[in-house]
Amino acid sequence: MLSLDELKKGQKAIIKSFSNDLLSTRLIEMGCLPGETVVLSKKAPLGCPYAIQVAGYELSLRKDEASTIEVELVA
Amino acid sequence: MLGNPNAGKTSLFNGLTGLNQKTGNYSGVTVERFEGNSYFTHNQQKIHLSVLDLPGIYSVFPKSADEVIACKTLLNPEEKIDVVLVVLDSTSLKRNLLLATQLIDLRYKTVVALNMMDEAQKQGIEIDVKGLSEALDVEVVPVDSRGLQGFDKLKTALLNARVSNSIFHNLNSEFVLAHKNYKGFIQQNALGANPDKQAENSDKIYRFNVINYLINRFVKSPEQLSQRERSTSIDAFLTHRVFGYLFLVLILFLVFQFIFFISEAPMNWIEQLFITLGDYISTSLPKGQLNDLLVKGVLTGVSGVMMFIPQIAFLFLFIGFLEDSGYMARASFIMDKVMRPFGLNGKSVIPLISGTACAVPSIMATRSISNVKERLITIFILPLISCSARLPVYTLIVSVMYPANHFLGVFNARGLVLFLLYMLGFVVTLLTAYVLKRLIKTREASFFVMELPVYRWPQLKNIGIMVYNRVKVFVNEAGKIILAISIVLWFLSSHGAGKEYKQLEARQVALESLAASDSTAALELQKTETAKLEKSFIGVMGHLIEPAIKPLGFDWKIGIALITSFAAREVFVGTMATIYESGDSGNTSGIRNRLQNEKNENGSLKYTPAVCWSLLIFYAFALQCMSTIAVVKRETQSWKWVLIQLAFMSALAYLSAFGTYQLLS
Repeated sequence: MLSLDELKKGQKAIIKSFSNDLLSTRLIEMGCLPGETVVLSKKAPLGCPYAIQVAGYELSLRKDEASTIEVELVA
Repeated sequence: MLGNPNAGKTSLFNGLTGLNQKTGNYSGVTVERFEGNSYFTHNQQKIHLSVLDLPGIYSVFPKSADEVIACKTLLNPEEKIDVVLVVLDSTSLKRNLLLATQLIDLRYKTVVALNMMDEAQKQGIEIDVKGLSEALDVEVVPVDSRGLQGFDKLKTALLNARVSNSIFHNLNSEFVLAHKNYKGFIQQNALGANPDKQAENSDKIYRFNVINYLINRFVKSPEQLSQRERSTSIDAFLTHRVFGYLFLVLILFLVFQFIFFISEAPMNWIEQLFITLGDYISTSLPKGQLNDLLVKGVLTGVSGVMMFIPQIAFLFLFIGFLEDSGYMARASFIMDKVMRPFGLNGKSVIPLISGTACAVPSIMATRSISNVKERLITIFILPLISCSARLPVYTLIVSVMYPANHFLGVFNARGLVLFLLYMLGFVVTLLTAYVLKRLIKTREASFFVMELPVYRWPQLKNIGIMVYNRVKVFVNEAGKIILAISIVLWFLSSHGAGKEYKQLEARQVALESLAASDSTAALELQKTETAKLEKSFIGVMGHLIEPAIKPLGFDWKIGIALITSFAAREVFVGTMATIYESGDSGNTSGIRNRLQNEKNENGSLKYTPAVCWSLLIFYAFALQCMSTIAVVKRETQSWKWVLIQLAFMSALAYLSAFGTYQLLS
């Protein structure tokens, strides 16, 4: 299983599960549901934070926050 | 009014209420409360709507301090909520509908506003408004994000609002069943002590299943979102590893220029206006206590408040543009990693840079930092940055130390010292932040998870109303404290006890009538004024604190200046001019010469490099600015942080000046 922070820029993946309960409540209400497709759209110049395309908008989150999201790569 | 952050709630609120707004704070917390009134005629009846704009939330399960306020207020029966107006971003309906379905389940009369409908259309998103309205079983009103279209319909809908018969929660869920209804479930789980995260997530996931069905039926989106693509290409530049930072530096440079230099002209006009007004009052009213109180106490205080207006207005004009356009989120995005080690936020960058001009508007600008801890740290450290009010003090003392064309190596000595002082301010600011980060404990989780909104053209009307509100809050709330301190300082410096003081006072009155025609009398008058200041309450206080400030190399004369410049640092120069009888405070060369030639009792020079450096360091760190104190009180809603800040900065100033003096002398 891959975590979101391991994606390369431009890669597409499907959210599988979350490893942090508290953070998952925030992510879910912002549209990051299990089963949702995400694209890693940006990495900040200093390597953190990241930005992802999800549910029709763009969301930014820190690397350690991204690492709590388990994903499956879409070919 | 409720809605997701960035759903355009503010422009809708402004559209409904115009300038009929009242900003205050929720009791005991730093979250700002926006209330407004809307007056209009409907079916020949005069209608008055009272609108409360709640902080943005993504769901009724709050995560941060302002979200807790939004949810508490929503569930507070004392607020007497008639109708809940849910504002949705039509370009991102899937995420926005989560909150809408939760609010409908709370069984308030509900109206849904589909905001930014024009943008959705431009992106090719088609929404079946009628179908959506039937499914939600409440009025759904499309609104133009420019705040013009759809307002009449929205007002009518608010008057005819109804409780929906649709239900969106999972009827069979044990969580809801255990609490009889959804409201009970929310009261227990969103605001109770032990929220059930599992229940929260399963509520949301269930809702998103329903929402997916609604979206499939009523919303048609094109594959490619053009607005998104435009934002992506702008971002390729603005979050670029080189151009991104260059652009940020350019923005910061502009902000700095505006607050430092462009504000100067309007500030001078305001100052001039009050001088003229003061002259007019002092000549047209009979001489005496009242005249003196009005001109030197009240007017000085009021002009001290008004002088800040240009800086506050310019800074918020910039911040308004940066936030409304969507750039602030990007600045935060590229700066987050730089600021995080210091417990700061990417959004702290703008306040920190504008702090070199003035801490007052910068502290007000920390509002855009949503994390309580990061905001508190930013407020706490801001007054340590060398602001423009320190410049006259620095300039005077540095000019006492070095002649204008003195060079240290290839650098102009005065310029180099000034540069070092500014750098010192920055370094100490960041170090303090670093220490505070470790000391302040919060229960609030620090998430960086935030939306990067698409770039939009900022709306002048919204920015104008925000600037107006900021200035109004400053004048109304900080203004009172500033005025009060000004009057106290005036009283202390123009009153005294004892026979000697009375004699000097009488002598001053006698000399004043002669001074205009007689130059020896004018000189004598100046000496009398200086002697009178020494015998006034403030003079007595200056003598009183002399033992405490002696280890810093300061005498009672500097002591007086320290006390008077508690109002504002730049007062130091004027007070020194009065103490050293150099007359006109606008003319610094006179006072400079006096200081350079001032001797100790044993005949040695008084203003040695040790004393000068000690003074410079003291002024770099001391919190001598009643406006800052007033604004910190207003923004943190407590005297606790004001007192901690005052104590910390005073101790820092005292100890560093002490160290400096002892080391150099």
